[in-house]
Amino acid sequence: MVQKREICFKVFRFDPDRDSKPYFQAYQVPFVRKDLTVLEGLFYIQEKLDNSLAFRSSCRSAVCGSCAMHINGGYGLACNTLVSSLKGNKITIRPLGHMNIIKDLFVDLEPFWKKYEFIKPYLISKTLPSDHERLQSHSERAKLDGLIDCILCGCCYSSCMVTLTKDEYLGPAALLWANRFYVDSRDDAKDERLAIVNVENGVWRCHTIFNCHQSCPKSLNPASCITNLKMKLI
Amino acid sequence: MKPIYHDTIVVGGGLAGLRAALELNRRNVKVALISKVYPLRSHSVAAQGGINAALGNHPRGYYDNWEKHAFDTVKGSDYLADQDAVIRMTKEALERVIELEHWGCPFDRNDEGKIAQRPFGGAGFPRTCYSTDKTGHALLHTLYEQIVKFRQIAERKELVLYNEWLVTKMVVEDGKCIGLIGLDIKSGNLSAFKTNAVIFATGGSGRIYGKTTNALINTGMGMAVPYWSGVPLKDMEFIQFHPTTLVGKNILITEGCRGEGGYLLNNKGERFLEKYKDSEKTMEVAPRDIISRNITKEIMEGGGYEDPADPTSRHVLLDLRHLGEDRIMSRLSGIREICMKFAGIDPVYEPIPVQPGQHYTMGGIDCNIESETQIKGLYVAGEAACVSVHGANRLGGNSLLETIVFGTVAGENAANYTQGTTYGSVPSPTGRRPPRCNNKDNILDDALKCENRKIESILNSNGNENPSNIREELNKLMEENVGIFRNAEALKSALNRIKQLQERYTSISLNYKERRTNLSLMWVLELKGSLDVAEAIIAGALAREESRGSQFRTDFTERNDEDFLKHTLAYFSDEGVRLDYKEVTLGRFEPKAREY
Ligand SMILES: Cc1cc2nc3c(=O)[nH]c(=O)nc-3n(C[C@H](O)[C@H](O)[C@H](O)COP(=O)(O)OP(=O)(O)OC[C@H]3O[C@@H](n4cnc5c(N)ncnc54)[C@H](O)[C@@H]3O)c2cc1C
Ligand code: FES
Repeated sequence: MVQKREICFKVFRFDPDRDSKPYFQAYQVPFVRKDLTVLEGLFYIQEKLDNSLAFRSSCRSAVCGSCAMHINGGYGLACNTLVSSLKGNKITIRPLGHMNIIKDLFVDLEPFWKKYEFIKPYLISKTLPSDHERLQSHSERAKLDGLIDCILCGCCYSSCMVTLTKDEYLGPAALLWANRFYVDSRDDAKDERLAIVNVENGVWRCHTIFNCHQSCPKSLNPASCITNLKMKLI
Repeated sequence: MKPIYHDTIVVGGGLAGLRAALELNRRNVKVALISKVYPLRSHSVAAQGGINAALGNHPRGYYDNWEKHAFDTVKGSDYLADQDAVIRMTKEALERVIELEHWGCPFDRNDEGKIAQRPFGGAGFPRTCYSTDKTGHALLHTLYEQIVKFRQIAERKELVLYNEWLVTKMVVEDGKCIGLIGLDIKSGNLSAFKTNAVIFATGGSGRIYGKTTNALINTGMGMAVPYWSGVPLKDMEFIQFHPTTLVGKNILITEGCRGEGGYLLNNKGERFLEKYKDSEKTMEVAPRDIISRNITKEIMEGGGYEDPADPTSRHVLLDLRHLGEDRIMSRLSGIREICMKFAGIDPVYEPIPVQPGQHYTMGGIDCNIESETQIKGLYVAGEAACVSVHGANRLGGNSLLETIVFGTVAGENAANYTQGTTYGSVPSPTGRRPPRCNNKDNILDDALKCENRKIESILNSNGNENPSNIREELNKLMEENVGIFRNAEALKSALNRIKQLQERYTSISLNYKERRTNLSLMWVLELKGSLDVAEAIIAGALAREESRGSQFRTDFTERNDEDFLKHTLAYFSDEGVRLDYKEVTLGRFEPKAREY
């Protein structure tokens, strides 16, 4: 017989239409399978206990970026966080930070997307061969590794001390993407790209605290991308 | 209420939907894109292995060409694919993949700097183009980047995004699609949309099954919406089971692992595929349906591993160790991350426990080679559609290709249709739209009211069914009775049990009755789609008394071209599924026994 254990999920709740302020609600979730994830725990709550809980999800395999949240003191993806990897018998869950709450863990990401769009996240090329691909050497292509893997989940943005105090700061994710296009050997808009981030709320706001690197569920390093762009500007 | 008007509407922000929207907008047509998740969260993002095109960039691919690609695809389909559609896809593959590179897709490169290609199951040459093992992510980002670009370029006509809107109904009048009803998930409000042309690119329906590699959002609702409006679903019985999914979560372990040289091992450490006639030659790169069946047989014959407490954990091993750390890190880094995060296994040092799982819906909304459906103004593309290019079994790397090729085709045809119907061939001098008949507004308003009543009745229901119980039972039923091996008895019982579940659905109730950001309400609406699409799968499987491609009937073990070389069409009706059939387009390749 498998011993039936339970784990307590303490979940941030807030419905701006009905609640005057946010609160935490505790739920008991059975913890039978050792590979139970935080996302599965949240679904248990939503499906079996309380239909009102709101959170986003899609791929459940850490590739779509939907389920980022604050779990026991750090930002991460609910779908690839195993309950067994967390200490203690209580899990505290909060939404992403520096964002307006739509409901519970479901936050308004519009400002985040606006900043991503601002850095012109697309390759700009002046000339193209008509019927074949552009060539790129292994070493040129290798420069994109660790950049193209970003899933735009918002963990870095939420953990950043600067976005916390400065709403207009472009933030680590957008700047990582600015760097991704800057270093691509096929891109013909290097100067334009530097000009876009060479603004008060661009690269110069970053204090190189590296929270973004620490919180990235894909182990990427936005701060080093920002440093790279700064170096090109001086 | 006045409906929201857009010239054209694309439903779905995955690869097929984004490519269709780009094509429309490129042809100066205004378009709105509705998606129940942010486009970058679509299931396409999870595709791993790659996209096929006979570029011939690999040293062993020198003699490859579109015709060989077409032959492999038709043979892989067990001759059920429409050959004209396959030829179109394999020909246009080259241009479409080059275009993706031009748009910035970070493909891996070969030593000459060209797009790298890897071998994939069922393909005569290495023709699968890839970006490490995150090809879907690379492609989806590339297309979304173009969407952002199009939206920023002033001369482009409008391209509006409705993110986190669930389309619940398609409105048809006189055989024409005139609009949609959509639910804004955040506010919980329904709106009617009026339009000239709609493209459905709503993806697959894997979550009908319990063990599936699909995203949680792939419920089947996207196929159900047109189905409810009278558009038939085609060849739904053909469900691809991927041989290698990670035990426990059923996250995909890409075929690329085997393409790179990984071994499948039984509990004696043997490469057991050599014991089976249909895989003895091609071994680990045999087509998916064959490997999935042989893994299942091997497990049934005692060659698998099993956690005694959990019979669903039966599996074999996928061994990559001999590939070495460098190769695993450079070409399969995503797989390594998945194994470490979700199973605590490092494939550099340990083999991966794998089992077959639902992976792809070969069937879909019936359409022709021009992406047109039986309803005027309704086009479909991607996994939601069935052209059919995959027939009874899809080859790896062909479905990403299908999304891109037929996304483009759908966009082009919808653009022509719209320009023809709204302005004629000449744009109106004022640039304004001609006045439209208000009668349509009334029809849309009625549909809106009807959908509102449906939602109210779910919210106000005092039934006693928890929707998640119904979904779990559906998942189990499909796994057990409509899986890799099927027979009449199991299918008949499945059909009965689906009817019971549909009945129980009418007494569903939620303990949260508000409309605003009610995710549970969204899942309930989707569950109805899952149930009805499941019924079409089972009915098709039961009527098809033969074994072909992914469908294996233990009571009819041979392919039967005389009676079943035809497409199944399933029509929705309140009394249950009505079946009909449709010719397969042959032509270039004579049906032969499918041997590897
Ligand atoms: C894990 C995995 C790996 C794969 N790897 C490969 C591979 O290597 N090569 C290959 O060729 N194929 C692969 N496939 C298959 C391929 O990824 C899919 O077939 C393809 O991405 C489907 O794209 P799509 O655009 O048709 O649909 P999706 O990407 O699923 O997009 C569907 C869209 O429709 C929207 N939608 C659905 N219903 C509604 C509704 N009712 N209202 C509003 N919006 C709605 C969703 O929000 C979403 O944006 C893989 C599949 C899986 C599961
Ligand atoms: S659900 Fe996709 S990242 Fe977690």
